[in-house]
Amino acid sequence: MEYFLSEEQQMMVDLARKIAQEKIKPVREHYDETEEFPWPIVKELAAADLCGTYIPQEFGGFGGGIFSLVLVTEELCKVDGGIALALAATALGTFPIMIAGNDEQKRKYLPDIAAGRKLAAFGLTEPEAGSDATGLRTTAVKDGDFYVLNGTKCFITNAGDAETYTVFAKTNPGRGARGISCFVVEKGTPGFEFGKKEKKMGIRASSTRELIFNNCRIPKENLLGKEGHGLITAQATLDCSRPGVAAQALGIAAGALEEAVAYAKTRVQFGQTIASFQGIQHMLADMATEVEAARCLVYATARMMDAHPGKRTTKESAMAKLFASETAMKVTTNAVQIFGGYGYSREYPVEKMMRDAKITTLYEGTSQIQKNEIALALIKEAATKK
Amino acid sequence: MHIVVCIKQVPNTTNVQIDATTGTLKREGVEAIINPFDEYAIEEAIRLKERFGGKTTVITMGPPQAEQALRDTLARGIDNAILVSDRAFAGADTWATSYALAQAIRTLGDYDLIICGKQATDGDTAQVGPGVAEMLNIPHVAYVKKIEEASNGSMKVERMMEDGYDLIETPLPALITVVKEINTPRLPSLRGLMNAKKAQIPHWNAETIKAEKLNIGLTGSPTQVLKIFSPPLRPGGEMLQGSLEQVAEQLVAKLKNAQLI
Repeated sequence: MEYFLSEEQQMMVDLARKIAQEKIKPVREHYDETEEFPWPIVKELAAADLCGTYIPQEFGGFGGGIFSLVLVTEELCKVDGGIALALAATALGTFPIMIAGNDEQKRKYLPDIAAGRKLAAFGLTEPEAGSDATGLRTTAVKDGDFYVLNGTKCFITNAGDAETYTVFAKTNPGRGARGISCFVVEKGTPGFEFGKKEKKMGIRASSTRELIFNNCRIPKENLLGKEGHGLITAQATLDCSRPGVAAQALGIAAGALEEAVAYAKTRVQFGQTIASFQGIQHMLADMATEVEAARCLVYATARMMDAHPGKRTTKESAMAKLFASETAMKVTTNAVQIFGGYGYSREYPVEKMMRDAKITTLYEGTSQIQKNEIALALIKEAATKK
Repeated sequence: MHIVVCIKQVPNTTNVQIDATTGTLKREGVEAIINPFDEYAIEEAIRLKERFGGKTTVITMGPPQAEQALRDTLARGIDNAILVSDRAFAGADTWATSYALAQAIRTLGDYDLIICGKQATDGDTAQVGPGVAEMLNIPHVAYVKKIEEASNGSMKVERMMEDGYDLIETPLPALITVVKEINTPRLPSLRGLMNAKKAQIPHWNAETIKAEKLNIGLTGSPTQVLKIFSPPLRPGGEMLQGSLEQVAEQLVAKLKNAQLI
């Protein structure tokens, strides 16, 4: 389908595709097997200027908006949904600075991230606070010119490898959702350490660790936005980042579809290619239609967000993420089905795509949480119309 | 240090089809790319600039659409690009091409080093690089796999040979042709691509480079192509059947029959 990309956007897509094909494809199995962090690929992405397409030009990026992040993420994820996460999770960790940071904070942190010199990470989830962010137990207590952080974050993507962390903690535990604040914590700050690396089903090239704060003192200048506004920042961040997860899911699904079509054209059974069987054709037709529908929704959401910066887009972001991630799960499962027994083997790429796809229905809000968000927005909209 | 790179745009295919009636390459529908060996020359020029400073210029002789190949090199970090293009250059063989490129390099003025890929994937002659050096009357080293030093008007390079390598020191200016072992070419950057898109690429014609009419194009080409054809496929071999002794017997009989033994 024609999506009327600008010349710049097409350049980003072509460049990301080139890197995916030439640099990522030959090593994707290696990083999945070894679970090493893909630093050489991050360096390639940095050299190609693809780390900060969504960051404003005045802070060293390209000012390409959410849509540029979506396009690059999709293209990289067609080949590998885990390696691209170094970049996509950095965007998630960077949005709080872009949304709530003051000019000085933006000048301090964004140029290094835009240039790919530093990665970022987003520290919200805790063992007891997953879908319910108000259950945070990490605290930040003001002490003169400092805040003192205590607590543990878990399942933090890029943790240990990123330099810049946006961390949510309770500054006023008595005030519930309004008692949460957002801070920048830099790697190497005394009292800030990393826990064990998670062993995951998929996206194994991406590092996931705990963040452990033990009397970690950070300067009060590291507070992003106002005290107590943390949850608003987190929600606005998720609005911006969910199209990125949706793009990851879309890329994985599109990659699996490509593999399935190619395989169906070459695999011969009963004296003919399996692509000549209507049963397979109908599966491929459904997969292609679902992928295209997901792409329409994700692109439209990203374009809407770029056209109205600052406007809350919780419903649309949640729809894009919900639909694209569920599509990724369906399409990758069917790709494995079309490959038959070979699809279950790690010799072929589709089983990895199926493993990688699953996370997209879980993180940055499960599919069920997306439905809650969508329903809540619908009910609110209906109420304001009266 | 001023480094000049000569490149060629070639069809992107490993299986070039030949038109049986005209005897020329079929180029329709085939994407044009930078000659793969020239990619190493471009990369080495950029690396030398990063190491020693200076500037890089890429030259190609070809039709106006060869400009795209030049833009690709600008996107990777080459400073200047020049397209040498004139209908009068059409039909040039390696001699006339070497002459035209040498004239273009003379027109540039100062240069310290010229780098070419070892050969083009369409013609496979490996003659134009050394030809340019001869026309310019400067030393050349072909098949360079490493540049060890380049300073004070001379350079030390390793030339790949079948049984090892030669270490060669040459005064500058000089021309080298490079092999793929020399480096891993980088991909373009987004900023590079955007700048390359806007870049103005000068077109030089025969007059600009002060080329003698008799030396360019078909007129200036001593090579006469009588016929281009794909060599006929070798007929398949014959498999002998039977036990080892039987096979040996049959083989000896066949060789005797053919009066080979």
